[in-house]
Amino acid sequence: MMNSEVGKVRRNVASLIPWGRVPWWAVIIGVLGIFVGYSVLSSEAYLKVLSFVLQGVKLTLQTTLLAFALALLLGLIGGLGRVSRNPILYAIVTLYVEVIRGLPMLVIILYTGFVIGPWIRDATGGAFDPPMLQRAIIGLGFGYGAYLTEVYRAGIQSIHRGQMEAARSLGMTYFQAMRYIILPQAFRVILPPLVNDLSALLKDSSLISVIALPELLQMGRLYASRTFRAFEPYNSVALLYLVMTLVLSSLSRVLERRMRIGE
Amino acid sequence: MASEPIIQIRELHKRFGHVDAVRGVSLEVYPAEVVVIIGPSGSGKSTLLRCINGLETPDSGTVIVDGFLVTDPRTDINKVRAEVGMVFQLFNLFPHLTALGNVTLAQRVVRKRSKEEAEAVAMEQLTKVGIPEKAHAYPGQLSGGQQQRVAIARALAMEPKIMMFDEPTSALDPEMIKEVLDVMLDLAKEGMTMVVVSHEMGFVKAAADRMVFIDEGRIVEETTPEQLFTNPQHERTKLFLSKILY
Repeated sequence: MMNSEVGKVRRNVASLIPWGRVPWWAVIIGVLGIFVGYSVLSSEAYLKVLSFVLQGVKLTLQTTLLAFALALLLGLIGGLGRVSRNPILYAIVTLYVEVIRGLPMLVIILYTGFVIGPWIRDATGGAFDPPMLQRAIIGLGFGYGAYLTEVYRAGIQSIHRGQMEAARSLGMTYFQAMRYIILPQAFRVILPPLVNDLSALLKDSSLISVIALPELLQMGRLYASRTFRAFEPYNSVALLYLVMTLVLSSLSRVLERRMRIGE
Repeated sequence: MASEPIIQIRELHKRFGHVDAVRGVSLEVYPAEVVVIIGPSGSGKSTLLRCINGLETPDSGTVIVDGFLVTDPRTDINKVRAEVGMVFQLFNLFPHLTALGNVTLAQRVVRKRSKEEAEAVAMEQLTKVGIPEKAHAYPGQLSGGQQQRVAIARALAMEPKIMMFDEPTSALDPEMIKEVLDVMLDLAKEGMTMVVVSHEMGFVKAAADRMVFIDEGRIVEETTPEQLFTNPQHERTKLFLSKILY
């Protein structure tokens, strides 16, 4: 009798805090964050490293956002091409996707940096000579444009064909139907994978350090080679990337929740 | 009955892969006429309807709607479609827009009406189908019958000359069928030209001027509702009616 009473009370207490549903990963990151943040900010050596590598964050963010904007545009055009009945457009876009997806991002960046960049300069007689940063952004943008093409295609194809038929039956043109009916619905579907790819692009922006652009990773490498210390600079670099990607993934979570409410 | 048909279909053929959906259908529909098409599942009723507004491109034959040769690729099909309202079995409302948004969008981008004018017309049509109070509701918040009535209002707002209904009540719960049929019956009484694929015999008896029975992609029998029910001419028609009537 007593035992069962106690058991009941325990069960009630347990149900007040749903232990199974606590986001343990967030708790762990929070605790680690406080610990790491405290030890970093209270250490002279780390503060010195941080103030140095932080100079690279601006370029990392700038590169990521510009390349992503380019990729969003290319992905939209590509996605429309992939669902197009025009065989020429379809062939061009499919060729683009298959070639670019088959190349490592590092190779694409080296290629736009050292092959296509100089080629444009020579072809225009030096009149148009994109600086290294622009070459890198274009390389990343074209690379991710291929991935986003497939994301857009999947999003467009996820919309029931009755939607296009209803829009066309009302006298809308194909592009009006796309603009007002299909794309707004597809965009809600693809928002989470888009944020996912933005996060991946942020990490891949570190690849432009190979063409000596002073972004976050490059600043860490510079510091390491000047001081012959690897521990603090790479810890700082990793920490900063993690902070940025965690912000993005929480953004994606908020967006997903918003969309579920809208449905 | 007016002398000039508003829809003229001649020797229409359409196949999907190895399936002949429509095999030589000729049909004329006159202004203010209500034509009801019946037939077994897969007989080509929907395909025939979809060829009229160019949602399907026929393999051969001609379709003329309101003087436009629909089967000519040089015809601006969007102009034809704006004159032919279509109501679907699964409603196909735009889920990201409110009922009002659904009814105003095509008016604005196709008819180029101002926002105020489009909304006035939309409210008028939503009132006509009996749900003005749902103007700001999203399709997901409406019952099937309400959704189908919004779909009818959406088509009517374009002020079409012809309305086509592709099994408009087949996806509805029984208690919602009447509210949709009532709207359709009102339309028929107003003199709207209607082509309806439906097996709702109550609607047929109340509104149909002419019945078309289609089987295996061909018109088997074309007659009045009275004739069809009391004295069907073909064995296949008798067999079909015996299956759908109690």
